[in-house]
Amino acid sequence: MYISVTRDKCSGCGVCIASCPYDAIVMHEDRARITELCQLCRACLSVCPEGAISEVEDGVVRKEKGQGRGVWVFAEQRSGRLAGVSLELLGAGRRLADKLGAELSAVLLGNVERGAQELICWGADRVYLCDDPAMDTFNDEPYANVLSELIAQYKPEIVLAGATAIGRSFFPRVAARLHTGLTADCTSLDIEESTGNLLQVRPAFGGNIMATILCPHSRPQMATVRPRVMKAAEYQDDKKGEVIPVKPVKITSSTRVTETVMEVSEVAVNLQDANIIVAGGRGAGGEKGFKLLFELAETLDGSVAASRAAVDEGWIPYRHQVGQTGKTVGPKVYIACGISGAVQHIVGMQSSDIIIAINRNPEAPIFSIATYGIVGDMFEVVPMMIKKIREIKGL
Amino acid sequence: MKIVVCVKQVPDTAEVRINPETNTLVRDGVPSIINPYDLHAVEAALQIREAAGGEVTTLTMGPPQAENALRETVSMGVDRAVLLTDRLFAGSDTWATAYTLYKGIEHLGADIILCGKQAIDGDTAQVGPEIAEFFGMPHIAYVRKIVEVGNDRIVVQRLMDDGFDVVESSLPVLLTVVREINVPRLPSLKGKMAAKKAGILKLSAADLKAEEENLGLKGSPTQVKNIFAPEAKANRKVLSGSMEDNVAQLVNELVEMKCI
Amino acid sequence: MDYFLTEEQVMIRDLARQIAEEKIVPVRAELDETGEFPWDVMKTLAQSDLFGLFIPEEYGGLGKGCLELTIAVEELSRACLGVSTTFAANALGTYPILLFGSDEQKKKFLPDIAAGKRLVAFGLTEANAGSDAGGTQTTARLDGNEYVINGTKQWITNGGAAEVYTIIAITDRSKGPRGASAFVIEKGTPGFTFGKKENKMGIRASATTELIFDNCRIPKENLIGKEGMGFVVAMKTLDNSRTGVGSQGVGVAQGALDEAVKFARQRVQFGHPVITFQAVQHMLADMATSIEAARALVYAVSRLVDSGSKDISKESAMAKVFATDMAMRVTTDAVQVMGGSGYMKEYPVEKMMRDAKILQIYEGTNQIQRNVIGQALIKEAARLK
Repeated sequence: MYISVTRDKCSGCGVCIASCPYDAIVMHEDRARITELCQLCRACLSVCPEGAISEVEDGVVRKEKGQGRGVWVFAEQRSGRLAGVSLELLGAGRRLADKLGAELSAVLLGNVERGAQELICWGADRVYLCDDPAMDTFNDEPYANVLSELIAQYKPEIVLAGATAIGRSFFPRVAARLHTGLTADCTSLDIEESTGNLLQVRPAFGGNIMATILCPHSRPQMATVRPRVMKAAEYQDDKKGEVIPVKPVKITSSTRVTETVMEVSEVAVNLQDANIIVAGGRGAGGEKGFKLLFELAETLDGSVAASRAAVDEGWIPYRHQVGQTGKTVGPKVYIACGISGAVQHIVGMQSSDIIIAINRNPEAPIFSIATYGIVGDMFEVVPMMIKKIREIKGL
Repeated sequence: MKIVVCVKQVPDTAEVRINPETNTLVRDGVPSIINPYDLHAVEAALQIREAAGGEVTTLTMGPPQAENALRETVSMGVDRAVLLTDRLFAGSDTWATAYTLYKGIEHLGADIILCGKQAIDGDTAQVGPEIAEFFGMPHIAYVRKIVEVGNDRIVVQRLMDDGFDVVESSLPVLLTVVREINVPRLPSLKGKMAAKKAGILKLSAADLKAEEENLGLKGSPTQVKNIFAPEAKANRKVLSGSMEDNVAQLVNELVEMKCI
Repeated sequence: MDYFLTEEQVMIRDLARQIAEEKIVPVRAELDETGEFPWDVMKTLAQSDLFGLFIPEEYGGLGKGCLELTIAVEELSRACLGVSTTFAANALGTYPILLFGSDEQKKKFLPDIAAGKRLVAFGLTEANAGSDAGGTQTTARLDGNEYVINGTKQWITNGGAAEVYTIIAITDRSKGPRGASAFVIEKGTPGFTFGKKENKMGIRASATTELIFDNCRIPKENLIGKEGMGFVVAMKTLDNSRTGVGSQGVGVAQGALDEAVKFARQRVQFGHPVITFQAVQHMLADMATSIEAARALVYAVSRLVDSGSKDISKESAMAKVFATDMAMRVTTDAVQVMGGSGYMKEYPVEKMMRDAKILQIYEGTNQIQRNVIGQALIKEAARLK
C-alpha cells in the first residue's frame, strides 16, 4: 500500500502539507507530491478538499497457500525459571486462539523443571520442547535458528514473545529471516473480524500516540509484548496437553556468554510485584512531597513510584520511574498524586485494576483514566488518608 | 578496523502530541534531532577507533534532509558519512529499513557495526538485529560496556532484565548500545567547520544493487492501519463531596478491596 | 538583536552555549559550594577547540580574533562566571607570548595552549602592586645564562592549575617603569611554589593563589620581548583582555535576566504572575535595555580590536567599565525581582550577584578604567590644540 496524489484532481492548495506530521508532502510543479518520508499515517487523506489523495494497494503477498494454523508463544526461561511475561502471553494467546478457533502452542528452549506441564496448565494445548543443554543459556543465533526451523516446519499464524532483553534481541532475527513483520511492545492484540488478521496496537513517538499495525500479506504475524501488559489466564491444575520434543539444529554460536551477573534492585522488584503503588509527579513539589507519599505507602504496605517529571527534577531516583521510559506496572491499586497524566506516564500504569487520582487541576488528563478522582491538594488529601487508614488499622 | 554506525534523524518525541479531534500528529515546530541512542553508538565507535585505530563511517537511510544528522556526526569526528536516499526507500518498515542498511553496509564493508538500541520515534529495537541477520553475522543487543576489542574478537557486557551478561563474539559483529555505555562527546569547532564542507556520499537503490521488491513499501510486511490518541477509560468517578467525605469514601473502597 | 555575526561566529556561539547548558549549568552550584577546580569542564572546552580560538592556525589554533573570544566568553559567563574566569584568564596569560613572544616561544607554548593541554596564568598583581603596577617588587636578576626570580605574586587566577605562567618582574629598579620585564615560567621549575588557595566571595570555581619565587632560576630565553618592556607587555595584554571582562559582564547579566524573567512568569502573588505587575516589568525592561547597550559596546570594541587599531586603551576601558557596572546592577536587580527566592541558594541569581562583583575589581578596577579613559580624553584634547 502507498499514498498517491491524483494530479488532475489536486488544486495545489497545500492543505495536505500542513497536515503531514512527517513533512512528507512537497509542492512539485504546483501539485502535491508524496516523498519517501511518508509513513502511511493517512493524516492527509481526510484533509484534502479535492479528494485527490488516496491509498493504493500493491502489497506483495508472501502468505503461503495451505499454511498451518495456530498461535504460538515463545516461552522464555532464564536460569531454569519461566519468565512471568510468557505466562501472561499464554493468557493473551489463548484468547486469540479461541477467536481463531485454533490451538495455542508454546515453544520452550532449555531446561525448566516441569516447564512443559506448567505451560500447559497456564493455557497451552501443545508445547514444543527443545530440552538441550545448548539451549539453557541464551544466545541469539541458536535461538533464532531453532525457532525459525520450527516456524518453517509448522507454519503458525501468529508468534508472540515477551519484549524482554531476550525477546527483543533474537525475535527480529527470526522475522528478518522469514521476511515477515514484527511489531514491538504491543499493548493490545486482537483479531480483525473481516480478515482474520492480527490487530497489533502499540505506542509510538515516545507513547504520545498509539498506532494499529497490520501484517496482512506475510506469515507468521509476529509481535512482542512488554511484561505486565497482558493478564495471565487462570491456572488449570488438571489441564492436559501434548509435548513435542524438538531436536536442536545449528546450535553453534559466534557469541558466547562467559559470565552472568544478577543485579536486581529492590525497588524494581517491589514496584513490579506491588499490590499497591503510591505515585508522585510534579505536584509533589519536591522531596518533602515524596516523604509524605512514602508515609502513605508504608501505611498501605505499598511501594512508591514517580512520573518522569519528578525524576527529572531529581526528587526521587530513576528506578522509581513508571512510564514509557521507565517501568510498566500493573498493581491492584495505583494512587497517582500530583500527576497530570501525560501519555508517557499512562502507558506505564494503565493496566492497574483501580486508579485513584489526586490532583488540584480538575482538567488534568489523569482524571479521564482514574477510577476514583479527588480534585484537591495532595498535601491536604494524603495526610487525611494516612490518618483515616491508621484509625482503621487501630494504630 | 572498519566501523559503521547506523544513525537516524527523528522528531524530538518529547514535543509530539496528537490532536484528539482530527487524530493527527501535531508537530508544529517539533525539531529534528539525531536519535539520542545513536549518539552513544557514534561515541562508542570513536572510542574504539581511538583505542584500536581504523575508520568510522556513519550511515543513514532517509530523505535528503537527513544529511543534517550526518553532518552532526562529522562534527563529532567521524571520518565519513553516507546517505542512502531513493524514492524507492519510501514507506520502509523495520524489515525493509534493515535490508536497505544491510545493502549499504555490504557496499562499504565493516568489521564492527554499531547501532543505538532503538529509535525514540518507533522504539522497536529491531533494525540492528535484523541487519545482522541479513549478513548472517552475530549481534549483541543492549551493550552497556565494551570490555575488550581484538583483531578478530570482542568482549562486551550485555544489559539483561535482571543484571548483565559478559558476552564474547567473533568479528564481524553488530552491537546495539544502551545509554549507560558512555557520554557522547560534544562537537568540536574544527569538526563543525569540517562538517560544513564535508562531502556526503549518496547512494541510491541502483548503487546498492538492491532487489526492488525488498525495498520501501513493497519490501515492508507491516502496515500502519491507523493512529489515534491513547484512549481513556470510561469508568471515571470524580468524588464531589466535602474533602472529609471524599477521603472517607476512598478509604472505604480500599477496605472493601482488602487493601487495608 | 542581530549583530550580523558570520556563520562561523554563530557556530562558535552555539557550541559555547551548548557546552554551557549541558556541561556547566548542571555542576555550577556544586562548583560554587566546594570551590573545586572545574577540570571536567576544561576537558570539554579543550575537546571543543575553544582554547584555540584566538591562537593562529600555524600554532594549531583557529586563528580567530577578539570578537570570537568575546562571544565564547559571554556564553560561558551566562552559565558560570567562575568557569568563564578560568577560561578568560587563560587567554590573558597567553597574550604576552602571542603579542611579544619569540618564534621559539610561540612554537614551544602555543600548540599545547591551543589544544587545551596546558593552562596559562598571568602574574602581575602583588601585595603592594595592585592598581599601582609601579609598586612591583618581584625581581629578576641576570646571572650568566639564567634569570633568578625572587618575590611573591598575589591573587593569581589559575594559580596552581596552570602549567605556564607569564609574569612581570623588575630587572632594573633604577629605570622606574622602564625597568620591568616579562617572563614565561613553567610549573615545576625549582624555586617556584604556590601559596594557599584563596577563599573567595564569588567565582569560587576559579583557582586563586599566590605564586612564590625563591631563587627560581629560568633560562635567559624565557624573557618575553626585551628587558624593560615589562609594563608595555602588561598594558597591551590588558588592553586586549578588557573586552573579555566586558563580555563576562554581558554574559552574567543575561543569565540573571533569563532567570528573573522565568521566575516572574511563574511566581503568583495577589492572584497574578508577578511579571504582570508594571513595577516588575519596568525593572526587567531596564535590565534588558542596559544589557543590550553593553553588548553593543563590547561587540563594537571587539571589532575595533580585530581591525588592528593601534590605540584601543580608551575604548576597551569603556567596554569593561560600562559592562561590568551594568552586570553588578542587573544581577542585584535579578535578586530583587525574585525576592526571597532570589536570595536563596536554590536559585542561581545570588551566586551571579556574588560572582559579578569581581568584574568591577579585577583586571584594573573600574576606578582605574576611568583614569585610563580620563587620561585619553586629556590627550585627545591636547592634540586638538
